Amino acid sequence: MIELILFYIFAGVLLAAAIGVISSRNPVHSALLLVLAFFNSAVLWMLLEAEFLALVLILVYVGAVMVLFLFVVMMLDINTAGMRRGFARYLPLALVVVAAIIVQLALIFTMDEFSAQMLADLERYPADYSNTAELGRLLYTVYVYPFEIAAVILLVAIIAAISLTLRRREGTKHQNISRQVRTRSEDRLRLVDLPRQQRGEGDS
Amino acid sequence: MITLAHFLVLGGILFVLSVAGIFINRRNVILLLMCIELMLLAVNMNFIAFSRFMADMDGQVFVFFILTVAAAEAAIGLAILVTLFRNRNSINVDDLDVMKG
Repeated sequence: MIELILFYIFAGVLLAAAIGVISSRNPVHSALLLVLAFFNSAVLWMLLEAEFLALVLILVYVGAVMVLFLFVVMMLDINTAGMRRGFARYLPLALVVVAAIIVQLALIFTMDEFSAQMLADLERYPADYSNTAELGRLLYTVYVYPFEIAAVILLVAIIAAISLTLRRREGTKHQNISRQVRTRSEDRLRLVDLPRQQRGEGDS
Repeated sequence: MITLAHFLVLGGILFVLSVAGIFINRRNVILLLMCIELMLLAVNMNFIAFSRFMADMDGQVFVFFILTVAAAEAAIGLAILVTLFRNRNSINVDDLDVMKG
């Protein structure tokens, strides 16, 4: 019973936050409400005993992705005034698409074949069950190649993000390593013959 | 008690809300990216609910990979957005019609 109450509380906040994300005028508010939505869904995943993914959602999404979003939103000086003008023109189309998806989902959810599974009670795992260990066992055995590919995808993302945003400005002082390595003593040291000066003439 | 239907309905509502958000905010690229994140969250919710109620951990492995790809997608998307803003001084979708025939 207490689980059901918790579910309704957090699901309600999650849906309210989602409505706020799509209807807020200020992108910063949208990003912060999205953080709230991620937190609430992490709690819901905890209710489903998916603890590892719930914590990963908070660490990766709230800690990294949403901070990146906030950073970009605050860094760019965006004029949002004119951006909501086409709102009314696309509202009918949006309602049609949304209604179509709702009808399709409702048709699937109410199929007779599903009804027993749909209303089955959640069987709790025993207290010594470790979600993280189970997930790790699968990741490092059955899914080890996809796991490696995921690492490569992250590497590609890092390189792509850096190379996209890296810009070279004129006039900044860069360190050119290959030129530094290639340099010889003759390029740096120049021996000049100065005419001998009389003492007391040059230093005044 | 909590049943699979609770989570599927919640995921469905979340997905529909993010689809509506894409239509409502179709000019602002940042909000479009946020709506895509919300959509992925709804999908992940369904994946985890099915995985838990069918007692099959493979669904949670899928969610793990979806999170990875979504993080990479957000990083590259925001990098493109920053470059775009630097070059055009706008992130309005309507201004991005250079390749229109």
